[in-house]
Amino acid sequence: MKEKKEAWGSRIGVILAVIGSAVGLGNFLRFPGKAAQYEGGAFMIPYFIALFLLGLPIAWAEWTMGRHGGAHGHNSLPGIFRVVWRSKLAPYFAVIGLLIPVAIYMYYVYIEAWCLGYAWKFATGSMALGADKSKYSEFFAQYVGLNAHGSAFSLSGGWSNSVLVPLLICFALNFVIIYRGLSKGIELFCKWAMPALILCAFIVLARVLTLGTPDPAKPDQSVVNGLGFMWNLGWGGKTVWQSLANSQMWLEAAGQIFFSLSVGFGIITCYASYLKPKDDIALSSLTACSGNEFCEVALGGLITVPAAFVFLGTVGVIEATKSTFNLGFMTLPMIFNTMPLGQFVGAVFFTLLFLAALTSSISMLQPAIALLEEGLGLGRRASVAILGFVSVVGTAFVVYFSKDAVALDTFDFWVGSVCIYVLATIQVILFGWVMGVERGFEELKRGAEIRIPKLVMYIIKYVSPAYLLTVFVVWLFQTAGTYVRKIGSDPVVAGSVGFIVLVFVFFLLITAQSVRRWNKLHPLDKEVGQ
Amino acid sequence: MTLSGWIVMILSVGFVTGLLMWCVWHVMKEPEAPEHMHAQDEIDTRDKE
Repeated sequence: MKEKKEAWGSRIGVILAVIGSAVGLGNFLRFPGKAAQYEGGAFMIPYFIALFLLGLPIAWAEWTMGRHGGAHGHNSLPGIFRVVWRSKLAPYFAVIGLLIPVAIYMYYVYIEAWCLGYAWKFATGSMALGADKSKYSEFFAQYVGLNAHGSAFSLSGGWSNSVLVPLLICFALNFVIIYRGLSKGIELFCKWAMPALILCAFIVLARVLTLGTPDPAKPDQSVVNGLGFMWNLGWGGKTVWQSLANSQMWLEAAGQIFFSLSVGFGIITCYASYLKPKDDIALSSLTACSGNEFCEVALGGLITVPAAFVFLGTVGVIEATKSTFNLGFMTLPMIFNTMPLGQFVGAVFFTLLFLAALTSSISMLQPAIALLEEGLGLGRRASVAILGFVSVVGTAFVVYFSKDAVALDTFDFWVGSVCIYVLATIQVILFGWVMGVERGFEELKRGAEIRIPKLVMYIIKYVSPAYLLTVFVVWLFQTAGTYVRKIGSDPVVAGSVGFIVLVFVFFLLITAQSVRRWNKLHPLDKEVGQ
Repeated sequence: MTLSGWIVMILSVGFVTGLLMWCVWHVMKEPEAPEHMHAQDEIDTRDKE
C-alpha cells in the first residue's frame, strides 16, 4: 500500500481525540435523564455491568482491528475489514460504517448549532425569557423549526434569531478542522477543547452544588435532595430488587453505555488505524473509556438532575427527564434564568455542550475522508469538498423537514440506533470469530502497557455478541414497529429513509471503486502477506 | 438523601474518577518510547500529486 502520510502527533492527542469523539450531549443530558427515570442509584448496577461486558470489550476490539488495518496501510473501514476478513465481501460489510458517521453528522451538526446559538444568547442576555416554561418551549419550537417544515429557514425574526447563523459557523468550523488533517486539525483542536470542556463543567458543577435551598418556602427542594433523587436506591418506595427486575432498565443502561462510548460508529476503528503497529492500545482504550465515563457519571450525574430538582421538585424533574431536548433546551434554560449568576452559568453550560458536540462531529467526518483519500486516491481538498457537498445536502434536508423534528428523529432511529447496533455486531463477530479471538488478543497485547485478563477474551467471543444481540433484538421488537409503520404513513419519514438509502448507495459505489483500485494496485494476498 | 444514595454516589463517582486518574497516571509515567513517537506531519493535502 501507499505509505501513510498522516499520523497522530502524540499519544495523549489520540486519547483526547477519542474522548472528544465519545463525549457528547448524551453525557450531560441523556445519561442523567435515564438514571433519574430508572430509580437513580439502581440504574448504576446494570450500567456498570454493561460497561464491563459490552462497552470496554467492544472498544478494545475496535482499537485492535483499527491498528491492525493501519499496519497494512488502511485507514478506511472497508480497507480495514478487507485486511481482517480476507473475503471479497468484507469491504461491503463496512459501508454501513461510512454511512453511520456521515448521516449522524447531518443532524448532529444541527443540534450543535442549537448549543452554539443558546450559548451566544445567554452570553448576550437575549435568552432572559423569565420563569414561564411555556416561553422556552415556544422559543425552542420557533428557533429550530418545530412548527412547520421550512420554518427554520425563515428570516422573519432577523439573522440574530435565526439558527442558520450558528449552523453556518458550525459547518465552517468542522470543515476547517477536518481540512487541517488529523494531527494539526482534530488532535490540536481536541487538545485545547477537552480541557476547556472539563473547565466549563467544573464551573457549572460548582454553581449547582452551592445552590443550597434557593426557595425557603420549599425546603425539600435542596441540592442534597436533588442528589438523592439522582442516586438514592429504592426510589419511589421500590426496593432495589424490584428496580432491578425491570428489564427495560437493563436495556436502557446497555444502550446508554453503548452510545456513550461511541462504539459501533466506525470512528474508533478509523482513529486507531493511524497508530503505529507497536503503539499501546490496551491502556489508551481504557483511558479513553474512563475519560468518557468521568464526564458522564462524575460531571453529568452531578449537574443536570440536581439543578433541575432544586427548581422543579420531584414531579417537574420526572416530566423534564422524559425528553432530552425538553431537559436541555427548555427546562435547563429556564432554570439558569432563575438561579443567581444564571446568565453566566447558562452561557458556560451551553458552551460546554457546544464543545462536546463539536469534538464529536469532527470525528464523524474522518472515516469518509479516509476512504475518499485512500480508496479513490483523492487529495484532501477534493475529499473535503465532496464530503462537504454530501453533508450540506443532508443537513439541508434535516433542517428543512423540521416539523416535529421528523427527519431528525427518523435519521436518529434508523442510523443513530439501528445501524450502530448492526455495525457493532458485525465488528464484534469479526473480532471474536473471523479474526479469531486468540489472534485478536495477541494483537491487542502487542505494545500493551497494562495486562488485560484472559477472561476478556471469552467475554468478547461469547458474552458481548450475545449481550449485544439480545439487547438489539428486544429493543427492535419494542420500537421498530412504530417507525416501520411511519414509513408508509408519513411521506417525510419515507423520504428520510430514502435519503439514507441514497447515501448508503453513494458509499457503496465508492467502496466498489476503491476495491477495484486496491485489487489492481495491491492484490489482497500480497498485501496481507499470505 | 439516604445513606444508600450517598454510598452509590460516592462509589460511582469515586470509581470513574479513580479509574481515570489511574489511567492518566500510567499514561503520563511512561515516557513515549522512540518507536511510539510520531513526527508532527506537515499538512499534506496531496492536491498537487
